Amino acid sequence: MSTPPPDLDGSGGSGVTRAEYCAIACAEVFRGDGEVMASAFGTAPALGVRLARLTFAPDLVLTDGDAALVAGVPALGVDPATLLLESHMPYRRVFDTVWSGRRNLIMMASQIDRTGNQNISAIGEWARPKVQLIGVRGAPGNTVNHSTSYWVPNHSTRSFVEQVDVVSGVGYARAEAAGPSATRFHQIRRVVSNLGVFDFETPDHVMRLRSVHPGVTVTEVTEATGFELVVPEEVPETRPPTPEELELLRTVLDPRGLREREIRS
Amino acid sequence: MADKRITLDELIGELRSGMTIGIGGWGSRRKPMAAVRAILRSDLTDLTVVAYGGPDLGLLCAAGKVERAVYGFVTLDSIPTDPHFKAARQAGAIECTELDEGMFYLGLLAASQRIPFLPTRAGLGSDVMVVNPSLRTVVSPYEDGEELVAVPALRLDAALVHVNRADAKGSGQILGPDPFFDELFLGAADRRFVTTERIVTTDQFAAEGPLQTLCISRLLTDGVVETEGGAHFTACVPDYSRDEAFQKEYVAAAGDPEAWTAFRERFLEVDEPGYQLAVGQATVEREARVAAAKAAAGTQGAR
Repeated sequence: MSTPPPDLDGSGGSGVTRAEYCAIACAEVFRGDGEVMASAFGTAPALGVRLARLTFAPDLVLTDGDAALVAGVPALGVDPATLLLESHMPYRRVFDTVWSGRRNLIMMASQIDRTGNQNISAIGEWARPKVQLIGVRGAPGNTVNHSTSYWVPNHSTRSFVEQVDVVSGVGYARAEAAGPSATRFHQIRRVVSNLGVFDFETPDHVMRLRSVHPGVTVTEVTEATGFELVVPEEVPETRPPTPEELELLRTVLDPRGLREREIRS
Repeated sequence: MADKRITLDELIGELRSGMTIGIGGWGSRRKPMAAVRAILRSDLTDLTVVAYGGPDLGLLCAAGKVERAVYGFVTLDSIPTDPHFKAARQAGAIECTELDEGMFYLGLLAASQRIPFLPTRAGLGSDVMVVNPSLRTVVSPYEDGEELVAVPALRLDAALVHVNRADAKGSGQILGPDPFFDELFLGAADRRFVTTERIVTTDQFAAEGPLQTLCISRLLTDGVVETEGGAHFTACVPDYSRDEAFQKEYVAAAGDPEAWTAFRERFLEVDEPGYQLAVGQATVEREARVAAAKAAAGTQGAR
């Protein structure tokens, strides 16, 4: 057996960077979506949603990150004043949209657990936290009203935990315990980390390893995870971008290479 | 027609210790900071502060004015958390009611409609229901039988909001892209105060912006205070954007007791004109430092 060549850029020899695999995995979160408001926090999600909009999910409705919906697909980091706006979307209307279900979202998670609970509120006891974070924000309402996915750029046993400290975004077990009004529109579609892609497509809705990014082993993923992941016998690799997608990522959507600052190869 | 113009001091005179006070704006955007600074200088204490929180809540915590905070988040937008709020939470110094930010909206809406609660799916299954044990659910009286969260009305003793323009009779004009929930804060409150960049005559509104920017009616206001720069250092577009450099200095100062004392003496233990003057001087000093650093770098480059 010959020794494979050294994987200098972590790309498995393809030249596709880890950050680009993350962007593709985030884009895939929006596959099949029609005319819904797509919101995405973090660089890889912001790139992914734009890529989906330019390719396989052309009806997605993007926001300017402030109080409007945008008509085109702006590159990362462009001056918001230059955007072509198509609708007014102040926060009050954002809530109406969230509650209507016409939205798909990738949020970030400081902690995520086995049944898909997410925490952005506080680390430690809520009453007197060790570290106060931003607060639950809209996570409770988002998760019981429309599909929600998470982006965790720093996969470790500190972010993938057995049980989150403060349930902000609601996971499957908690939604089921809360009853049919909580489960009716609840879906945690995907978790994308710097190591791989995860879902809850298991009989009891616990987290499953869906794919590993090329250059990452299954063992690396399980060792960086603070609970027992469901690992199928065959774990595929996250799909690579098509040449067209790679071109869009590199020259149209992120010519400044912001993605490589979030996830270094 | 009533002339509702008052001074900041008169506004503070309408407030009492122990009150529940709603503060408009969102994060580090269009916060009535001049009114917040006036509270910092006052002897008001034991306040319950209801806000889409930003530096308003942080500063009030730093000054020991807050008994309870009611919030969905506290953030400086370009900086994820406010250092003083964070410190107060981690020290267990304040009581808290943490809600989903949509629940918060419904709480204000219920209060403004004088009904006890509004139902929503938001909150179900989350720890919002655990850390606020007084929250209840309600079962739909119709065939669906859905069980939903009954968000209690967030009734306020007083509300403070900051707008771009207002007239003497108390109509307010918001020229930025998002009116946030200011209208509902005012609607939910017994005493309603608007601070504004500029008081204009009613006939000047039309030249400033279209009809839909006139989103605060005088039905909702008791007093109007003209405070130019009154949202500083938060954003008040299109009049000014967030003073990011100042906000960074605020955060840096919070991390060091000596620096915080200096910040407080320079910017907070002065009246509002004194604050605006100090901010102007600090900006000039910062620009001079940047220019000097650039010049030094240029000299090095030439060597």
